[in-house]
Amino acid sequence: MAADTGQQHPISVYFWIWTLLFVFSAASYTVDYIGFQGYMRWTLIIIFMMLKAGFIVAIFMHMRWERVALITAILVPPGALLVLVALMAMESDYTWATRILYFGEDPAPVPLPPPSH
Amino acid sequence: MAEATGLRNLQVVDDWAADVEVFRGVPWGKAMMWIFLLSDTFIFTCFLTAYMTVRMTTSEPWPNPSEVFALEAFGVPVPLLLIAIMTFILITSSGTMAMAVNMGYRRRRGPAALLMVITALLGASFVGMQAFEWTKLIMDEGVRPWGNPMGAPQFGSTFFMITGFHGLHVSAGVVYLAVVAWRVWRGRYEKQGYDIVEITGLYWHFVDLVWVFIFAFFYLW
Repeated sequence: MAADTGQQHPISVYFWIWTLLFVFSAASYTVDYIGFQGYMRWTLIIIFMMLKAGFIVAIFMHMRWERVALITAILVPPGALLVLVALMAMESDYTWATRILYFGEDPAPVPLPPPSH
Repeated sequence: MAEATGLRNLQVVDDWAADVEVFRGVPWGKAMMWIFLLSDTFIFTCFLTAYMTVRMTTSEPWPNPSEVFALEAFGVPVPLLLIAIMTFILITSSGTMAMAVNMGYRRRRGPAALLMVITALLGASFVGMQAFEWTKLIMDEGVRPWGNPMGAPQFGSTFFMITGFHGLHVSAGVVYLAVVAWRVWRGRYEKQGYDIVEITGLYWHFVDLVWVFIFAFFYLW
């Protein structure tokens, strides 16, 4: 019989994380239900999202008990994605401005001055 | 013997530099599943980044997801009701999956298989609710991939693309879970050990993980 090399942890750990995931989901739903807007909303959503994602990867997917070689191989490459997100966000700014300039409807049209020639 | 100083002390440097298998003590199936999930991470992030880009660049108002996905309960519209239920179902299924992995390593294959079947059933109910959500959106709200009555046409294309691809992952996961649960139940892994349950679990938790990001960025943002 082959020896199991796998992850074995007390079940109570899973129950704790399970409860936490419920709490964080309820919290992020409450953010929408109460109707927070602007930076308050975005900050809270991101915090609860990162907490949930972190606990799923660290505990449910056992990442915190893996060897550093595996952790780095899996968690470092997505850093490139953050660069992509940053680049696209920067590009979006002027794409939007260009669209408003050429396709947008002016909410308060100012009449052109009479020709001066 | 080389002096054990500085970087040489680091296990990770040793693992990568030793000219033997890098992921020591990790079953190859698990390493490969992680690498597959890494590639899937790139796909989903590219979709979500595309969504971010079209949402930031559209000059038309973005439909308010809180209202679009509201459901009426007891005569009152409750925002994101179905989405909240779907979220809790997926988290619950992640919990039963974690239990299944635990039971597998304890070599209690009956409970392990049963918990996997429960996980698969929860996943199937998630897909069912998603089908209901899509039907309501298409038939009642008139959302199409190329336009909708509420505002920016990109809303439909990104919504169907992202949730569709996620739903496909859940559906594939249900089949995957059912197959592995059947084999666990039959005792196929008694000799080789129950790493397979953990590997299946990795895939399932990943599906839940992706939903965390979709929930935050598409439904709540």
